[in-house]
Amino acid sequence: MTFELFIFYLFAAVMVFAAARVITARNPVHAAMFLVLTFFTCSAIWLLLEAEFLAITLVLVYVGAVMVLFLFVVMMLDVNVEPLREGFVKYLPVGILVGVIMFIEMVFLITQKYFKAEQFPAPERVSADALSNTESLGRLLYSEYLFQFEIAAIILLVAIVAAIALTMRRRADTKYQSPSSQVEVRKQDRLRVVQMPSEKRSS
Amino acid sequence: MISLSHYLALGAVLFCLSVVGIFLNRKNVIILLMCIELMLLSVNVNFVAFSHFLGDGAGQIFVFFILTVAAAEAAIGLAILVVLFRNRSTINVADLDALKG
Repeated sequence: MTFELFIFYLFAAVMVFAAARVITARNPVHAAMFLVLTFFTCSAIWLLLEAEFLAITLVLVYVGAVMVLFLFVVMMLDVNVEPLREGFVKYLPVGILVGVIMFIEMVFLITQKYFKAEQFPAPERVSADALSNTESLGRLLYSEYLFQFEIAAIILLVAIVAAIALTMRRRADTKYQSPSSQVEVRKQDRLRVVQMPSEKRSS
Repeated sequence: MISLSHYLALGAVLFCLSVVGIFLNRKNVIILLMCIELMLLSVNVNFVAFSHFLGDGAGQIFVFFILTVAAAEAAIGLAILVVLFRNRSTINVADLDALKG
């Protein structure tokens, strides 16, 4: 067993364990933390596959942003987890049965001769002076996939707008300024010049 | 040496685990969302593995787009979850029967 294979098995074992804890954890916060561990080990596996840019993107975007979002929501919602766990034991046999059947089917396909090492020989190691992974991805992204890249940007923009529009609310009992009506106000609406006869000084 | 089927098997294990998770946690929307994220991750593992073994960068570009869409999906899903909790004070899937489905 080479060192590389050992590393692969180590990270794969951690990843499968963490994924199993995500779906069985009693507390949603623990599930989120184990999901972080899953993403982290997955990025290590991607490093083994020489996808350095995606590995660091996974850590930055998922561990850094999406999982923090998950944790925020889990902690802000005051959820009683006990009623959410009912049916866990009841559906355990059928869930495991479906999972095992799916896994056997997939392994049956994977172990066919089409995916063996003879069909897909391990590629040569990239030499140090060749194009780096980030640079080659960038060249592809900004030439061949430019249109798709811009669509992805628009999808993110739509997600921002949708998330804000969904969660923003105006409560009736809070006081807030209305800048448009502040700007629109004219002098005549607010200011009244009153003519008053001056009074004689009483001496 | 690590062959392609090693990575494909890892992706398959992850995918099956997330399917089992959807079966087990069918009441908790937050865990359901996490299971969907796991599923997308297992697909991404396959994409990166094929991209490496075929020597083609297109697979990694595809993973990039999947990450984008998954992030957008998580943001909108959690926003819907917050609105749901604000209106119904529950995130139990069994209580969400307004459409009588």
